[in-house]
Amino acid sequence: MASEQTEEYLETIFDIEGKEGTAKTSAIARCMNVAPASVTEALQSLSDKGYVNYEPYRGATLTPKGNEMARKVKRRHRLLEVFLKDVLKIRGENVHDEACRMEHVISDETEQALCKMLRAPSRCPHGSPIEPCNRMVQDCTECLAGRSGESPGSRDTALLPVTQLTPCRKGTIAFIRGDRKIVQRLTDLGLTVGTEVSLLRKSPGEGPVEILVRRTKLAIDHAIADNIFIAPCRESHE
Amino acid sequence: MSACTGCSDCPGTEYAAVSGTKKEYVVALAGNANVGKSAIFNQLTGTDQEIGNWPGKTVERAEGILQYEGHRLRIIDLPGIYSFATLSDEERISRSFIVHDHPDVVVNILDASALERNLFFTLQLAELGCPLVLAINQNDLAMKKGIFVDTGKLAKILGVPVVATVAIQGKGIAQLTDAIIAAARSPPKPHLIEYGKEVEERISRIISLLPPVCSGYPARWTAIKILEEDPDVLALAGQCSHEVIPVARACARELVAIHGESAGTILSGERYHAAEQLGREVMSFGSPDEFPDTLTERIDRLALHPVFGYLLLALVLGGLLVWTFFVGAWVSEVLTNLLSGIAPVRPLVTGSVSDIVFNGAWTGFVAAVTLIIPYVVPFYLFLSLIEDSGFLTRVSVMLDKGLHRLGLHGKAIIPLILGFGCSVPACLSCRIIESPKQRFLAAFLVTIVPCSARTVVILGVVAAFVNVWWAIALYIIDFVIIIVAGRFAFRVLPGESVGMIMEMPEYHIPSPRMALGQTWSRTKSLIWIVLPSYIIGSIAITAAYSAGLLDPINAALSPVTVFLLGLPAVTGIVFVFGIIRKEMTILTLAALFGTTIFSTVLTPVQLIVLALVTMLYIPCVSTILALAKDFGWRKTLLLTIGEIVMAVAIGAVAFRLLSLFM
Repeated sequence: MASEQTEEYLETIFDIEGKEGTAKTSAIARCMNVAPASVTEALQSLSDKGYVNYEPYRGATLTPKGNEMARKVKRRHRLLEVFLKDVLKIRGENVHDEACRMEHVISDETEQALCKMLRAPSRCPHGSPIEPCNRMVQDCTECLAGRSGESPGSRDTALLPVTQLTPCRKGTIAFIRGDRKIVQRLTDLGLTVGTEVSLLRKSPGEGPVEILVRRTKLAIDHAIADNIFIAPCRESHE
Repeated sequence: MSACTGCSDCPGTEYAAVSGTKKEYVVALAGNANVGKSAIFNQLTGTDQEIGNWPGKTVERAEGILQYEGHRLRIIDLPGIYSFATLSDEERISRSFIVHDHPDVVVNILDASALERNLFFTLQLAELGCPLVLAINQNDLAMKKGIFVDTGKLAKILGVPVVATVAIQGKGIAQLTDAIIAAARSPPKPHLIEYGKEVEERISRIISLLPPVCSGYPARWTAIKILEEDPDVLALAGQCSHEVIPVARACARELVAIHGESAGTILSGERYHAAEQLGREVMSFGSPDEFPDTLTERIDRLALHPVFGYLLLALVLGGLLVWTFFVGAWVSEVLTNLLSGIAPVRPLVTGSVSDIVFNGAWTGFVAAVTLIIPYVVPFYLFLSLIEDSGFLTRVSVMLDKGLHRLGLHGKAIIPLILGFGCSVPACLSCRIIESPKQRFLAAFLVTIVPCSARTVVILGVVAAFVNVWWAIALYIIDFVIIIVAGRFAFRVLPGESVGMIMEMPEYHIPSPRMALGQTWSRTKSLIWIVLPSYIIGSIAITAAYSAGLLDPINAALSPVTVFLLGLPAVTGIVFVFGIIRKEMTILTLAALFGTTIFSTVLTPVQLIVLALVTMLYIPCVSTILALAKDFGWRKTLLLTIGEIVMAVAIGAVAFRLLSLFM
């Protein structure tokens, strides 16, 4: 199976898994507009490569390896959508299909350059969140200022925006997306990388979230909180 | 600090040299927002600086005097500040005062429950070499939460006096005063906290390049600020040494290479790390409970609930307005009866000069007492309860999303609510909003919010002589205009909108004494403006009338008043006087027509149009001055002219529409 096709399958499974828990063969076939038989065949091959856990008649879930791959492609897809819409001013309905074709061919370097040029966007034109990059950095200030010398290595854990923490669970801030201004504003209120935070309350309709940090409660705009990324504490998942 | 010895500019030596002989000491109160600076200020000076349980209450520095054992202390209450790096407007006021005015003592007030975050700022003050005294405030609340602060240990580590206080109860204030006097006589030198090795190395490299008399600040502070690329300090340092900037750039780059983030972030991180360690050393914890089910938690479950929260909000804000109207109308009636028993109001008098002056003054006095005070007092009383309790911040959170549609965020609701009382403090409180665009936007909307003066006009003209439903309709029209104008201005104004980040204070049970004190101080400041302007204004009208000066003005304005708005020509002068204070329109009207029963001289349509235009046409003189102070004359004039055009346009349309069916 070509790598492009692999990535398309992984993305589809990722989406369905997010909604339904397990991606059924029929659901994948419907989504990708192919015959169920070819899906079965593809899943078998993906399973052999270690990307998915596939059980016939029950469906597929992504392995950690497959999940990482899928998220990486998703990130590229959404960055490209922002680029196509905001920079090239491509018409709305074509943006998705165009990005779908381009996402398989761009390199890490291009991805990073895109992200920098678009000033680290947090959402795609359709409103889906864009994951942060997996470079081992604490915020975007250096990258955006064009001072990101040698590669800082890459992160292996998936980060979660603070808005997606389960209420009353703790986590440690691992990354803040944004320019110097916003990082400074958060820092002054005690939100620095390495600080433990917990989500106290979300308000409906993406209203501000209330978090507890350094024994103070802060109400933070949802869009800002979306850019504060957490490495969830494992031990708190009792 | 030590690097500056011998330089005359350095604050360190200045304190030492002068403090022995000085009779008056300048004492600045500084600290994070909502830690109780104003409460301590009130306790120290015995004045009644307004306080409230929301961050950003104090937007301008307040001053007071404390006479104590033969010493005269000039106490300055500064707006809340989190760091010397962020530059919101109110923080700039604090920074500039502490950095440039070299107060004799800086009292750093800390919230005992959030010590680490507060210490972050303390460390910056220590770096600046300020003669510090620490007040650990709200110590009682912290103890209730099981947090115990060892003030002795903290004093030893930082090398400055530390006092535990509970400002609202006056606890620890005497000790604090003693500590301030002692510190003023012999300034304590705060110990410096060392950062990580890589950072320290670069700080000393920069210090070695700085000439001894450079920025006028401690060399270490200057070096750190250069490293953080603080624009003000960079400019200063660039003037006195050419080598230092490139070296600082190189140092910053090296740090970036080591840590992978900007030097500013690294230093903040280091400072927090130091604050955390310090906090850990001086705090002990009684209760290990992670998420205690406190009163605040329980109230918030209701106040921030997606359904009941909005109900409560509507109840409280609706209650505020209804209470103001009902209590206001009742008090107004009582006062009117009382005063009319003393001497009749005869606005229109011709005759001797003394008659004119006496009648003008008396009319003005009666109008102020019966029209303004009755509505303002109950409003401020209720408002101060909402403020003191901490509920106002919850209102911000609940309405944040809605205000996004106007390009604002939750904090903007605070000036908007204050605007129902008086536009002047409301405009000043817009400083709590960070981005310049949003600040101006909020101030613009504040000027259309019906303040107590406009409420009086609506009630006195429309509710009294048309009917109460039209008065309510005018209110609703005003809210619609606020929303439409807000959306329009949001699109038109340049600049960016940023989201809200706000501290959520614990709820307090508001103290009646404080609420009354606050209401009195607000009313008092209003009376100082209202009474003279009423009395002088109304003398001026009576005098102008008897001198026959009114007709030319009315004639000049008649194209607008008569042709566009369908009002009698005499209303021209009414609008002119309304610029001084909006309620002056009623007063002028009464004086000109010689009656307070307006329905005998104006039709219902005219009454409604008059109230509508008065509500919108221009911010009053005091508001214009407040706006000019914060936004400059250009923007203020633009806004003023824009509002006149808007009011005339809306009034003209309303006149034509209303004439169709009334």
